[in-house]
Amino acid sequence: MIKVENLTRKYGAFTAVDDISFVCRPGRVTGFLGPNGAGKTTTMRVMVGLTPATHGQTTIGGHKYHDIPNPGRHVGVLLDASAQHAGRTGREVLTIGAKTMGLPMSRVDEMLELVSLSGAEGKRRVRNYSLGMRQRLGIAHALLGDPSVLILDEPANGLDPAGIRWMRGLLKGYADRGGTVLLSSHLLNEVEQIADDIIMIGRGKIVAEGTPAELLQSTGTFFKAVEVEQLLDALVASGLHPAPVGDGYRVDAEALQVGKIAAANSVTLIELRPADGGLEDMFLELTADTQREDFGQVAPA
Amino acid sequence: MSAVLTKGGHELPALDTSHTKHPPFLRLVSVELRKMMDTRAGLWLVISMAALTAIVMTIQLIVGLTQDINIKYADFIAGTTYSIGLLLPILGILSLTSEWGQRTAMVTFTLEPHRWRIIAAKLACVVAIAIASVAVALVLGTVANALFGAFGGTADWDFGVERLAGFAILQVLGVLTGFALAALLLNTPGAIVVYFVYSFVLPTLFAIGAELVGWINDIQPWVDFGDAQLPLGEWEWAKNDAAQLVVTSLIWLVLPLAIGLWRVLRAEVK
Amino acid sequence: MSAVLTKDEFQEPMTLDVSQTRNPPFLRLVGVELRKSYDTRSGFWLLMSMGILAVITLAIMTIVGVVNDNVEFAYEDFVAAIAFVTSVLLPVLGILLVTSEWSQRTGMTTFALSPHRLRVIMAKMVAGLAWTFVIIAFALVVGAVVNLLYGAMEGEMAWRFGWEGLTGFVITQSLAMLGGFALATLLLNSPAAIVAFFAYKWILPTLFAIGAALIGWFEDLLPWIDFQTAQGPLYEMTNMDGEDFAHLLVSGAFWLGLPLAIGIWRVLRAEVK
Ligand SMILES: Nc1ncnc2c1ncn2[C@@H]1O[C@H](COP(=O)(O)OP(=O)(O)OP(=O)(O)O)[C@@H](O)[C@H]1O
Ligand SMILES: [Mg+2]
Repeated sequence: MIKVENLTRKYGAFTAVDDISFVCRPGRVTGFLGPNGAGKTTTMRVMVGLTPATHGQTTIGGHKYHDIPNPGRHVGVLLDASAQHAGRTGREVLTIGAKTMGLPMSRVDEMLELVSLSGAEGKRRVRNYSLGMRQRLGIAHALLGDPSVLILDEPANGLDPAGIRWMRGLLKGYADRGGTVLLSSHLLNEVEQIADDIIMIGRGKIVAEGTPAELLQSTGTFFKAVEVEQLLDALVASGLHPAPVGDGYRVDAEALQVGKIAAANSVTLIELRPADGGLEDMFLELTADTQREDFGQVAPA
Repeated sequence: MSAVLTKGGHELPALDTSHTKHPPFLRLVSVELRKMMDTRAGLWLVISMAALTAIVMTIQLIVGLTQDINIKYADFIAGTTYSIGLLLPILGILSLTSEWGQRTAMVTFTLEPHRWRIIAAKLACVVAIAIASVAVALVLGTVANALFGAFGGTADWDFGVERLAGFAILQVLGVLTGFALAALLLNTPGAIVVYFVYSFVLPTLFAIGAELVGWINDIQPWVDFGDAQLPLGEWEWAKNDAAQLVVTSLIWLVLPLAIGLWRVLRAEVK
Repeated sequence: MSAVLTKDEFQEPMTLDVSQTRNPPFLRLVGVELRKSYDTRSGFWLLMSMGILAVITLAIMTIVGVVNDNVEFAYEDFVAAIAFVTSVLLPVLGILLVTSEWSQRTGMTTFALSPHRLRVIMAKMVAGLAWTFVIIAFALVVGAVVNLLYGAMEGEMAWRFGWEGLTGFVITQSLAMLGGFALATLLLNSPAAIVAFFAYKWILPTLFAIGAALIGWFEDLLPWIDFQTAQGPLYEMTNMDGEDFAHLLVSGAFWLGLPLAIGIWRVLRAEVK
């Protein structure tokens, strides 16, 4: 339903999105996963015409977003829940949306109810909303036109655990009824639980895509060793490609093979097990050279 | 949709958009109208316009009655220069810049990606408000003039269609100027400052320049928008006046509006 | 406070050891506020436009002076022209110093880092005054440069400058900046404060003049409430008598002191969102 073809977006010399292509299918939730600054929001903004593409194009159901008449009825968009006039009430924000789309006003109440904003909360100004309430309002706004495609940038942002579970159910239900859902996140566990397909992006490039099951296959072996440099050299010499994951390494090989190489080189293994960390390890590994490492290594002021 | 094949070999279904139409233009206008009134800033702007008009007229009334000065209907209407005339351009500015200041443009342009339709709706809105303000001014002026007559003054009702047209055009030009500057700068304080500089500071500079230099004196009528609007007030047109109004509006209204629209239509909305 | 509490420490009073930190010194706050006044695009361009407009004005004046033989400019004329330009934009600087914290919601960060809001407001005010002085210095220097050029083209230098007027110049420019600043604290909203300021600076005097012409008692009252006119004699400081000072004080208290007092009171207790 959503199709991204060779999309590139440059800001001067900096390439925020670098020649990416992918599709989101109806009846499925597609998770758009990547570390901070990877280009997720930029891609979504290009999809809805807020940012022009430098090269390539995106279509939704075969149309350019610009060519969809009354797009709010087809595509629900939530990009930044805080991008609302702080002086309007939540109900007023939805009313304006409903009026633009030509919806009956009853829809506003339905949506407020759907996202559990009470009558009194609806009459409060957005300035006085909590972070999660703003997010709920944004989700309500995206769902207002009963669209068949949802594009949500970090919808779980600021929601409480109950809210996250509620949203998971909501989006799954949406997809089950044939809707197309694209949601971005950097919370791996969240995406792992909700997405049918995952697109992983790092530094503007797609680094992996597939179903969670596909991506979790053959996660190889996780190990830690005392003479780790020696072991890494030996593994590479055997034609393997160990990669750092967390405080250890992962390699596409049987535990037995790694153990044998370690023994042959008199390396002391302190951990050797099938890599199990699910997407988290995958994520850290796949984006190892593209993410912002060295967190917490800053000296105190 | 043509045979677009995905990785799995399935064809992506097309979105059936046959049953939705663009939001009709009038609906967009009514939404924009609502957006101008539903924030505290917008509401207060309209309230201050009405309140200032009433205050200025009351002062005129009191001064006229106590000092035995004859105040005409036309004078009451002219007094709105200090209320409606002052604030309408600000309304024109805010109608556009608040979308940027509050970042609501992101939502607005996602719901209607044909940005020019939104801009046109806003334009229609501010013009409608200008005309409504004219009506309010006429009503309040009538009340004030009637009171003036009732309390012993001689009510002079002379106004006429021409002056009415002139007054209405003045207000519409004012609101459009604000709108054009806003489109050009997309920044509330910037647009307001430029508007005031141009309406209060520039005339002073022009006057000084014209006095000192011959050629400034010659071109001044062709570039001073404020001056060119003067014939509208009394509806007395000398030779060249109409041409000067057209030329100055091209410079101060059409040009910034055109550049501004060109910018809005292609800008990245953040 | 040590990083991790052990069981034994748990019994001890859980107090924050604040002996190692001091409030940010006032001058540092001023430095920060100065920086904040030009590190955004709008702030930067506001300052730039003062400079650009001043230079354009002087360029036009020079051309006029050279082309037109009836006109002779002296140093003081160039400086006065710049003063006219900056007196329009300095108040806007004063306004944005205050209101941008509200419109951009940075007030949350600012007041979280320095909860003594009065210090922040004072720092902003000092930053505004600092800019005023910088701009006055700019006017004096650029005016001198242009006067040199102009003199070279005309063949004679006119360095006439009413130095006794300099104090008045500094005071009026500062008052202009503070006028904007006061309205900003009162309204905490950029458009409203800017509109109010221009209305007060450019429209009120006209209305006052009309009122004074029509009503006798209003004409007597006017000097006591017209802050703009009351500032007039400042340019000839030496000639200011007691009554002039009284006019300045009374009208200043009304147009500057009062809004500033109410405004600061408001800032100190406003909920910052
Ligand atoms: N207008 C712009 N000018 C320059 N750089 C920009 C601009 N807009 C975005 N970028 C850069 O593009 C990169 C991608 O940003 P983007 O918002 O798409 O990241 P993201 O994947 O959504 O990250 P996050 O998970 O933190 O939301 C960032 O480095 C960002 O700074
Ligand atoms: Mg993002």
